[in-house]
Amino acid sequence: MAKELIKGNEALAESCLRAGCRFFSGYPITPQSDILEYLCWRMDELGGSCVQTESELAGINMLFGAASAGARALTTTSGPGFSLKQEGISYLCASDVPAVIANVQRIGAGLGDIFVGQGDYWQITRGGGHGDYRTLVLAPASVQETADLAYISFDLAEKYRHPVIIATDGTIGEMMESVELPPMKEHDIDKFDWAIRPRQEGEKQRVIWNRFWDLGNDEYPIYLVNKYKEMEENEQRWECVQTEDAEIVLVAYGISSRVCKSAVIRARKEGIKLGLLRPITLWPFPKKAFEALGPQVKAFLDVEMNILGQMQDDIILADGNRHPVEFYGEYWHTIDENKILAKVKEMLEKY
Amino acid sequence: MNFKVSKHIDLNQQASWCPGCGHGIICRIITDAADKLGVGDRIVTVDDVACGQFGQYAMDYNSIMGAHGRVVATAAGVKRARPDALLIARPGDGSAYSIGIESTISCAMRNENILTIVINNSVFGMTGGQMSPATLYGMKTSTSPFGRTAERNGSMMDITKLLGQSDMAYLARCSVDSIANINKTQKCIEKALQKQMNGEGFCLIEILSPCPTNWKMTPAQSMEFIRNTQSKALPLGEFIDRGGKEA
Amino acid sequence: MIEVICSGFGGQGVLVAGMILADAAIEEGKEVSWYPSYGFEMRGGAANCDVKINDGEIPSPYCLEPDVVYTLNEQAIDTYESRLKPGGVLLVNSTLVPEGRTYRDDIVVIKVPATEIATELKNERGTNIVMLGAMACASPLYDEEKMRAAVEHYFAKKGKNNPKNAMCFDRGADAARSQL
Repeated sequence: MAKELIKGNEALAESCLRAGCRFFSGYPITPQSDILEYLCWRMDELGGSCVQTESELAGINMLFGAASAGARALTTTSGPGFSLKQEGISYLCASDVPAVIANVQRIGAGLGDIFVGQGDYWQITRGGGHGDYRTLVLAPASVQETADLAYISFDLAEKYRHPVIIATDGTIGEMMESVELPPMKEHDIDKFDWAIRPRQEGEKQRVIWNRFWDLGNDEYPIYLVNKYKEMEENEQRWECVQTEDAEIVLVAYGISSRVCKSAVIRARKEGIKLGLLRPITLWPFPKKAFEALGPQVKAFLDVEMNILGQMQDDIILADGNRHPVEFYGEYWHTIDENKILAKVKEMLEKY
Repeated sequence: MNFKVSKHIDLNQQASWCPGCGHGIICRIITDAADKLGVGDRIVTVDDVACGQFGQYAMDYNSIMGAHGRVVATAAGVKRARPDALLIARPGDGSAYSIGIESTISCAMRNENILTIVINNSVFGMTGGQMSPATLYGMKTSTSPFGRTAERNGSMMDITKLLGQSDMAYLARCSVDSIANINKTQKCIEKALQKQMNGEGFCLIEILSPCPTNWKMTPAQSMEFIRNTQSKALPLGEFIDRGGKEA
Repeated sequence: MIEVICSGFGGQGVLVAGMILADAAIEEGKEVSWYPSYGFEMRGGAANCDVKINDGEIPSPYCLEPDVVYTLNEQAIDTYESRLKPGGVLLVNSTLVPEGRTYRDDIVVIKVPATEIATELKNERGTNIVMLGAMACASPLYDEEKMRAAVEHYFAKKGKNNPKNAMCFDRGADAARSQL
């Protein structure tokens, strides 16, 4: 199939539609708004429902209704809007309702700014709302990968009856790349035995609510622990670039990992043994990739577009605190491959 | 006494409402209205957290327990995914008019094709009788201990004034303080469900409902209070009835 | 790998210029990335995009050492001239940039009165196309005939074919040729 030149945000939207998504509810916020704009005309062509809601809260809670009804439902947002969605995401998790939420990340707390960033790692990976939960988090690093991951996101969500977050960023969302889009699939809204529809004669009553009311207070904790264990065991995804002999390993996801790839190429030209470990799932964090690294590794460099190095904790945990983990971040500027290289050289002298 | 209970009322489960609460009556007339129209097999309810959620034990319809203040939006989401279902969102006055007012208004503006039944007891019931937007002037609650005033607490919410000029399909205020009013309320619910089947759009029925526990009254005094005080401040009637398309 | 930065004022069509370059490359089966400025950056202020073209995977989409810096105003030169690869091509819109401005001496500077030419051809929105013509002529990375076809292909695809675009393109190419 011929490749098309398409924006990351539009690839996400189109790919979700091709996965059978026929419901979208969301609110304008930069740099996510292309998705809403795209779906406002494209959903019509496919006979689905696209609503520009009164608020982010309404966006996630309308989605809660559509997803509870068995539809493949999507909502998307950025930074401040993602904070507002947390209540609904907590409800989705508590009620075991599969849905897909995309956060096209920008920078900073509060308003922050619309500039590309990776400001929400902690919130995305810890479960930003109340209660015991995490979500599956997919972090594409290209427009093609955005399309690919968006396409399987609903399958994953339904496999675990759990929300999936697609964590992209302003650059991946706004840039265009050559992409091969997946084929159109149909989704059967009636394929689940839990989805809400009018009660059929002779059928058990279906109620979407706190799952611990279904399972009981003794069973529910066991169920939940096992559910997360299963996701951790089965769903770790990552990419390794020249880590076989790497002495310093860069750890980066999304747009930062793209610049890191350039840095690896540049370093290798200078004879520096640099590699890249790119988490594709932010949760579950790819611990298996760290376990597979060789003994030549001296240290890790976490590269992110935020100020405090939000992913460092996870690297330290995944590595079992065996190696030093340093951080290079940018805020307001894009990641600079020369700065990565300077930092790596400094680290090679130190360790 | 000889009376028939809808098969959609679940007599095996316990809904933990206080004695004299209006919720049970309202569940009865919802099921009766649906049975009368022969659409008991098309109903889906979306219940708010708090006292209304016990409706999931009282009625046997498939249902969702939405987040507080979000059930109107959630019901609209279900309706868009399953246009053949007849959706009833059941928030209280705290949910629909306080934390959820933006969705109540916006769903009315978008004329989402659902029925919202607001059970209005003029307090936050489950949390212990705090003031709600629909708390009457002069009414003492745990958060308006000196009696509600506009100066101290803001104006009382009358949804018919707020939405009365909108283009929504149907807006009515009913009560369950007497047999006559209970029958009238059931008629309004039937009308609204018929409108939903016709695709006319957003219907909101506010039902004045007793809360003896938080009003600190006997059940009988509570009915008197609705009759003599609450329905004077919040008058009953049909405020919007668009007519709309033929079935 | 080819790296091009296009920069100017919002409304001058620099994003479209970049898109035409990307579109041309994709038609040739190359991998492409096109990254624009977005949001408030677009409101009347500076507009720019980074275009990268490669036979294989494109690692970073940001242009660190561009082969071509395509500018339509003076601020763009202030921002991007320093990044240009030695021997790279800097395209300058001489309608809007003072004649006396000095440039690095290790790069090729092509001065084209792009705004003036487009106005003269009564195609004010074709300033970007004039400069694309100049670029296709001046940069050894591009073939003038192929680029000319790519411009037509791009607008034909959008259903907005304007014969004046070809005139703009040729005048830009001619202006560049006289300086090589």
